[in-house]
Amino acid sequence: MEKPLTEHIRKDREPLTLKEYEQAGGYQALRKILKGTTPKEVQTLVTDSGLRGRGGAGFSTGLKWSFVPMNVIGTKYLISNADEMEPGTFKDRILLECTPHQMIEGMIIASFAIQATESFVFLRWAYKTAARAITRAIQEAYDAGYLGKDILGSGFHLDMHLHTGVGRYMCGEETALLNSLEGKRATPRAKPPFPQISGLFGKPTIVNNVETLCCLPPIVNHGAEWFKKLSRTGDAGTKLYGVSGKVKTPGAWELPMGVTLRELIEEYGGGMQEGLKFRGALPGGASTDFLVEEHLDVKMDYTSVAAAGSRLGTGTVVVLDDKTCPVGFVKNLEHFFAQESCGFCTPCREGIPWVEKILGSIDKGEGRMEDMNLLEMHVRALGPGNTFCAFAPGAMEPLQSALKYFREDFERHINEKHCPWHTQHVSTSTH
Amino acid sequence: MLTTEEKNEIEKAVSLVPYRKAACVEALKVVQEKRRWISDESLKEVADYMKMTAEELDSVATFYNLIFRKPVGRHIILVCDSISCWVMGYEKIKEQLTQELGIEYGGTTADGKFTMLPNPCLGTCDCAPALMIDGDLYRNITVQQLPEILRNYE
Amino acid sequence: MPILYIDNTPYEVSQGKNLLEACLTLGFDLPYFCWHPAMGSVGACRQCAVKIFKDENDTKGKLIMSCMEPVTANQRISVADPEARDFREQVIGWLMTNHPHDCAVCDEGGSCHLQDMTVMTGHAYRKFNYKKRTYKNQDLGPFINHEMNRCIQCYRCVRFYKDYAGGRDLDAFASRNQVYFGRHEDGVLENEFSGNLSEVCPTGVFTDKTLKDHYTRKWDLTMAPSICHHCSLGCNTIAGERYGSVRMIGNRYHGDINGYFLCDRGRFGYEFLNAKDRIRNPMIQGQVVDGEKMRAAVVDAVRQPRVVGIGSPRASLQSNYALKELVGKDNFYHGVSEGEHALAHLALEILQKNPQRIVSMKSVESADAIFILGDDLTNTAPMMALAVRQAVRNKPKEAADQAKIPGWHDAAVRELVQEEKGPLFIADVLPTKLADVATGVFTGSPDDVARLGYAVAHVLDPEAPPVQGLSAEDSSLAQQIATALAGAKKPVIITGTSSGQAHAIHASSNVLLALHKKNKDAGIVITQAECNSLGLAMMGGKSLKDAFNAGSVDTLVVLENDLYRHDSTAAVDAFMKQCNQVVVLDHANTTTVQKAHLVIPAGAFAESDGILVNNEGRAQRFFQVYETKSDIQESWRWLAVVGAEAGKGRMAEWKNFESVTHAMVSSEPLLHGAAMVTPSSDYRVEGQRIPRAPHRYSGRTAMTADIAVSEPKPPEDPDSSMSYTMEGFRGQPPSSMIPFYWSPGWNSVQSVNKYQEEVGAALRGGDPGLKLIVALGQHGAPHYFKDIPEKFKPEAGRLRIARLHHIFGSEELSARSASVAQRIQMPYVMVNTADAVGLTEGQLVSVSWNGSEARLPVRLNPSFPKGVMGLPAGMTSVAGEEAWGIISNVKE
Ligand SMILES: Cc1cc2nc3c(=O)[nH]c(=O)nc-3n(C[C@H](O)[C@H](O)[C@H](O)COP(=O)(O)O)c2cc1C
Ligand code: SF4
Ligand code: FES
Repeated sequence: MEKPLTEHIRKDREPLTLKEYEQAGGYQALRKILKGTTPKEVQTLVTDSGLRGRGGAGFSTGLKWSFVPMNVIGTKYLISNADEMEPGTFKDRILLECTPHQMIEGMIIASFAIQATESFVFLRWAYKTAARAITRAIQEAYDAGYLGKDILGSGFHLDMHLHTGVGRYMCGEETALLNSLEGKRATPRAKPPFPQISGLFGKPTIVNNVETLCCLPPIVNHGAEWFKKLSRTGDAGTKLYGVSGKVKTPGAWELPMGVTLRELIEEYGGGMQEGLKFRGALPGGASTDFLVEEHLDVKMDYTSVAAAGSRLGTGTVVVLDDKTCPVGFVKNLEHFFAQESCGFCTPCREGIPWVEKILGSIDKGEGRMEDMNLLEMHVRALGPGNTFCAFAPGAMEPLQSALKYFREDFERHINEKHCPWHTQHVSTSTH
Repeated sequence: MLTTEEKNEIEKAVSLVPYRKAACVEALKVVQEKRRWISDESLKEVADYMKMTAEELDSVATFYNLIFRKPVGRHIILVCDSISCWVMGYEKIKEQLTQELGIEYGGTTADGKFTMLPNPCLGTCDCAPALMIDGDLYRNITVQQLPEILRNYE
Repeated sequence: MPILYIDNTPYEVSQGKNLLEACLTLGFDLPYFCWHPAMGSVGACRQCAVKIFKDENDTKGKLIMSCMEPVTANQRISVADPEARDFREQVIGWLMTNHPHDCAVCDEGGSCHLQDMTVMTGHAYRKFNYKKRTYKNQDLGPFINHEMNRCIQCYRCVRFYKDYAGGRDLDAFASRNQVYFGRHEDGVLENEFSGNLSEVCPTGVFTDKTLKDHYTRKWDLTMAPSICHHCSLGCNTIAGERYGSVRMIGNRYHGDINGYFLCDRGRFGYEFLNAKDRIRNPMIQGQVVDGEKMRAAVVDAVRQPRVVGIGSPRASLQSNYALKELVGKDNFYHGVSEGEHALAHLALEILQKNPQRIVSMKSVESADAIFILGDDLTNTAPMMALAVRQAVRNKPKEAADQAKIPGWHDAAVRELVQEEKGPLFIADVLPTKLADVATGVFTGSPDDVARLGYAVAHVLDPEAPPVQGLSAEDSSLAQQIATALAGAKKPVIITGTSSGQAHAIHASSNVLLALHKKNKDAGIVITQAECNSLGLAMMGGKSLKDAFNAGSVDTLVVLENDLYRHDSTAAVDAFMKQCNQVVVLDHANTTTVQKAHLVIPAGAFAESDGILVNNEGRAQRFFQVYETKSDIQESWRWLAVVGAEAGKGRMAEWKNFESVTHAMVSSEPLLHGAAMVTPSSDYRVEGQRIPRAPHRYSGRTAMTADIAVSEPKPPEDPDSSMSYTMEGFRGQPPSSMIPFYWSPGWNSVQSVNKYQEEVGAALRGGDPGLKLIVALGQHGAPHYFKDIPEKFKPEAGRLRIARLHHIFGSEELSARSASVAQRIQMPYVMVNTADAVGLTEGQLVSVSWNGSEARLPVRLNPSFPKGVMGLPAGMTSVAGEEAWGIISNVKE
């Protein structure tokens, strides 16, 4: 099985030095494109490879790049979105900590493809180890002439800086990230205009996820067809999957796109812990709909998970077991969303805290049947397009599917006036 | 007054952006790094230095979770309260910390040693529950390990 | 014009608008919060949702925010769609989760946009049964009250205050459902336009603190259209009265002047009306007398052989004219210094000969290059400064056009444009407040400021006179300014009479002419000293100095004028001694009033009808707000009665405002249009008058019950076609007579949308007022002024005086307002640090000039020109074009 993202990762998980990375074939892709490939050709190659953004939305990377105006004067920016904060998600951390050069090489390739001359890594504050690894790697890349003026004598110029955030899930949303980088409140921007036209400091900008960027060197080295064939399904490449929750061996693995949920949980995650049964799972972080038992054989790619009524999201699965209260589970998620809402638009700012309060009272056994209608109302009203950005619709995904799959559990709380799982979980008051 | 060291670090950040105030988040980080938190006085100093008003800077400062506008202890305990850690029982860890330190979220121990804060997903969900003290990440923690972990901090 | 289908009905709509604007223009009641007609869209509140359909076969559609969606041809939307309706109702439901139920004690109650929108969406039942979030409020100073619990987080306040008005001490703090709008800590809101927060805020967070001091529901006010008297721009206002005192001033929309806003001087200056020491009764030698006695005494006085009248630039045309008629035109003097008199006439001449267009505030907003020469707009004509702040975005905004971002898409435009500011150059003695948005700032002595202007003209047109001895640096700045102006599509030059000197105005005129010769669509703005300075100039008459020199006087009649503001105390005192008897008509208790033998209580703007001519030559009518019970009457009315009895001219024929106005226009050729500014007093709609009180007005029968239980007969208005009560025509009055905004379902000021031809455009029937100066070129061709001053050389032993203006304090009437008074700085003298050897900041010194003397604290300013001293205008009286002063140590 080929693992172009993780194959060179050291056993001790120390970051690959420049030398190690070069010995493993690193920066060959960059050398290749700088020898006579045009930016448009790189864009076409990446479009042909079928690479879809690994940040959650799954948009074609090459296509996204193609909206950047090419013949303009002035700065353009490329940004690596390393703000990984989606609950249940821990995939970019591995790449950032262990193979920083692969991301940097990917960033240089992407910058070349859109002719950006400035680039930033937007890293979340908590990733201290990653920060050290990236700082060193950027310096090494400068020293080796992969960054800076006239890279490898090609005339192409690129600067790269590391920016660490100060804690806000919204900074992962690409336009809020731009505001944050501009020293502003991390509230999102309206689209259109898209960042490709008016991004950082009003200049054309591409924001790509870390994993997306790490896919680029292998694609350049081995070609679009090769990348497609890595996958078991229609969506190309490999994917860093993860499993957390009460499975025997939680972890993250690079696997061909399209492994099934069952394989992930049973084979890689080692199956449920003793005495526990699988009840459901969020396939790709906190803002994806639950999949349940009937979906265990769903292929974990963008298209198939969408067909099953959810989203691949970040591909990191959070498992719900039968000894864990689904209401408490969703309440924890909505608490997160209520806390992290940026406060810009009404439905999200006022709606999600309301949802959290309702879930809190249901969890405490103080819920009323009407509360179910209110939850349903929020699920509908906070749908895509109704709120300013994708945050709130994301927040509604787990709730909406929980109401569908675990409705009885909600109703039991209300009817029995207490949490049936109470012995397992001390329900604490909201912070 | 900002120290020369603080100013130098801020200037480095300023040099990367097209206009001065765009580096204000960096400036806050630099000063918080040295002074642990951003007092009203620090805020005004940074604002002056960045050619911003206190309002403009505080608007940004108060938006972010990890810019501290209230005094904090010498060490910050960030307890991950997100989903995987919840499933894996982080609440017991938190309760134990409360017992041990006598503080709730947002509180600082009487000796000024620790401040405990909830924190969204620390990105180490396969090793839940997790917490972070200053820059150190602790994974797969149990209630029993807590006293030993806390002993590492002065 | 594209066709827009709304609920399957086709409508013609304008290109370039968003759907919300289109719907409101068509009269749909679509709720909104964060969108503002002058500030555009950001999409924060999500209140304006409608359904949009791909084509006629699409039955499902999807929700969109109408404010964020451009109008396109053949678009299909639904406002009535149940899903859209439910969503809009739910948005209110969410806002109400935290909004307190305190409407009964809220200042906004009954004129609240949030209440209106709540009713409009049909939200009536509360489903949220948890605790509400609460906040602490802040003390924001004398103008604005803060009640944060009512906040619905629409972000309008910060968008106005920061983005629109350039304020920097109000912001949004925190995040999620804790977002807070206020200052960093308690303290005065410093921006000059803070009062607009009370109208921009759709609920009761930011309200008018001066109204709170004597609160009344807005529907209980008797209101009339008025004109701001606190500077020369003539912003349109609404004044509201209850129980005999004016309670508040609100914006009255004018598409070509002030749009939706007012400055704080204009909004809060009204409290001078209610000042404790206001003149309310006739007084003879300091004793209160009744009106009859007063009239008889004045009649006697004006029957004397040598009667001299002194008019006023802060009194209406009618009052000035009545005085002129009473004393005869040879005895009528403008109550302004020689310098001010000359400057007003100079400005008039330039405007009359202006080869192109006299630009309005609105056209300044659309200028793409501006050069301000010797006028500190923020402090002399504040709303013009606000217009300039908008204009500096025009040039950079062209990039947004290219990126196909519509102008109303405010956040997106700002993100694209970032910190870029379009060409704005300022030359003045100080950088002025607009410096933060300027491309280039020149500071120097008044002469050097003017020299730069002359130099710019010469760069533009070599035939304009050259400036000798300009430094290389200044030449290159002149070059830069000229290039920017020449490269613009609509350049504007702004200057004013505030410096008291002609040079800057001459230079500005040269720049305008030079641009004109280059076939540029250039414009000029010349601000004036007071609200009717230009009107007075159009009336003919001599300066105050001429009156001083006119020999002895039997009776001096002073109209609404404090002579001590226009010349030195010594000079005015000497003049008063020349006069046997002094009659003063005024409402303010001025030094002149204190020296008078006979004091007549004149109506101030709220008790008067009158016409003012603003700085662009636009005649505008203000209406009496309420009927006074006392002897307070318009000056023109007092004078008419006296004149009639004394048998002066044809004054006996003057019956009301209209007959005075007609007499005036037939003898004052330049004021000819003034009679057509408003419909005549016999104008009726459907046989009815226009009511000054809203139909919700309460207490009419009860409010005087403590005096008499029978309801008094409502006062009749002989001067206009308005009634003093709520009786009358309920529909929309002519644009010049809008006493308040109201439309069914729209009780807040947002109902102004319903009064416009199109949202944000002119009022229905055209914006009110009439430009009296329109005949371009009719008064002769413009020429280049050639009197270029020498480069200013500091002199030993004396300093050249420059007047420094202050929004609060420099204007006479607003300075008497209790709230404004709290914002007035102590008088001071400003000097360059180098000219103040041995002096420390704040040290008291003795300053003497032109026979005046004062003890003032020193303000040291390293960027102030050397050899010059700055004195605050209006707080220290400086007459004459070129004044010099001496600073000496205070002798203990
Ligand atoms: C609320 C929110 C949070 C997000 N957080 C992240 C994140 O932490 N990392 C990330 O790569 N993308 C995140 N995204 C997605 C980004 O907006 C963006 O789509 C992505 O970075 C694009 O990169 P890609 O095309 O390579 O996937 C988030 C989106 C939303 C709406
Ligand atoms: S949905 Fe609205 S409040 Fe929520 S994060 Fe997005 S913009 Fe902010
Ligand atoms: S008015 Fe449209 S979203 Fe606020």
